[in-house]
Amino acid sequence: MATYSTTDFKGGLKFLMDGQPCSIVENTQVRPGKGQAFNRVKYRNLVTGKMVENTFKAGEKVEAADVVETDLQYLYNDGEFWHFMDESSFEQYQAPESAVADVKKWLIEQDICTVTLFNGQPIAAVPPKQITLEVTDTDPGLKGDTAGTGGKPATLSTGAVVQVPLFVQIGEKVIVNTEKGEYVSRAK
Amino acid sequence: MINRRNTLQKRSNLLKQVRAFFYARSVIEVDTPILSQAATPDVHLPSLNTQVQVPGNSEKQTYYLHTSPEYPMKRLLCEGSGDIFYLGKVFRDADLSPRHQIEFTMLEWYRIGFSMQDLIDEVIELVQVVMEQTMLIEKLSYQQAFAKYAQINDVFSASVEDYQACLTQNNIPQIIGVDKDDKDLWEQLVLTEVIEPHLGKDGLSVLYHFPAKDAALAQISVENPQVAERFELYVKGVELANGYHELADSDLYRQRFEASLKQREQLGLTQVPLDENLLTTLSNKTLPDCSGVALGIDRLFALQQNFENIQQGICFGIEEA
Repeated sequence: MATYSTTDFKGGLKFLMDGQPCSIVENTQVRPGKGQAFNRVKYRNLVTGKMVENTFKAGEKVEAADVVETDLQYLYNDGEFWHFMDESSFEQYQAPESAVADVKKWLIEQDICTVTLFNGQPIAAVPPKQITLEVTDTDPGLKGDTAGTGGKPATLSTGAVVQVPLFVQIGEKVIVNTEKGEYVSRAK
Repeated sequence: MINRRNTLQKRSNLLKQVRAFFYARSVIEVDTPILSQAATPDVHLPSLNTQVQVPGNSEKQTYYLHTSPEYPMKRLLCEGSGDIFYLGKVFRDADLSPRHQIEFTMLEWYRIGFSMQDLIDEVIELVQVVMEQTMLIEKLSYQQAFAKYAQINDVFSASVEDYQACLTQNNIPQIIGVDKDDKDLWEQLVLTEVIEPHLGKDGLSVLYHFPAKDAALAQISVENPQVAERFELYVKGVELANGYHELADSDLYRQRFEASLKQREQLGLTQVPLDENLLTTLSNKTLPDCSGVALGIDRLFALQQNFENIQQGICFGIEEA
């Protein structure tokens, strides 16, 4: 198994901590005038998404994590797994719910997502930044209100619920920002 | 481009200010060699080295780039130089962070007849001249600093558990790779993680009387053999200067050097040749009673200009040099 020493540490380095893949966000060397050097490290646990801070004694080693990010096409959900495919090799991957929990409401069949693979298994997926979805349910609202001063919840075809302006009607298509989970505009 | 010129001008002014400070006190500038056949044995100071073709030798000789001008300056002091300062580059391998560069500018000076306290006062004076302000000054012994900022009342009798509890109480992120019984290292962590951020927060802090085990080349205090006549100066949590009432006895120099070499062996670090020229001079001539201090010029300039990273104040950092 490949290892990294603290001297290899830099932003973006992927390593294993308690068996979980992590990515370094910030690495600062601390070397007091005449004392042992340390590295203050901020890193993200790629499975939980949590930020963690640790101070490593200089010279400590960590195991390298086999983590790659790749663009995969989302195929379908069979009730248990979310299936993705590599468009060039046609290789398929099945992601457990834990990998897509935060984003499953933004997954549209055939959209290209950025999927993080750990030891070849999907652990996280990022959908396109903007997607277009149909409104399946919302209060009728007032037709004349086009200023968008008010808002109302709308259920979209994937089950996601977002705040939309009052003029948006059932059956219309809207563009949504998946990072913020916010309505952007009506789609033409 | 105007900004570039502006920064260069300000740095140039700072160097001029520092030199003027010493000229006014009859302290003379010495440009000691950067290359030496010897290196510091201090385990935490990795020296760079290079191969030099010295005529008369069939093979190239290993020369080390100095990590500080301390050894040749002490030889000069033994030879009657009087008060001296060095302002120039030094090199420490593997140090790169917002506060470190591998090649950096150091100011080091020695004052004959000065006690540690005399020199502390002079460093404070210089820093205030450069910062162009009167600063709030806090002077704390190492022991007082542990009591005040880490609630460890007697650092000399504290245990590993006391240090670990202190780190936990202060919400310091988990430390990885330190042995449970490595008391000195846990103590160092309390200093760097808990205490240092408080030092020089609203001005300038001086920490003095470090434990005798951290004496390096400082004298042990006559009144209290537990502590060394060593101090460090901090501004905004940044260590700016490190000074000693200098050890004079050549046998003690050899003892401390050899202890460091032994430590190097235990840690699996490379051995380095000791500065026999220094040791010989110290035993043949007397190092006058003096105190000396080294101060990081790049850090001082960064503080003066409110730079987050010392690299903003130097011509080119190591990665662009």
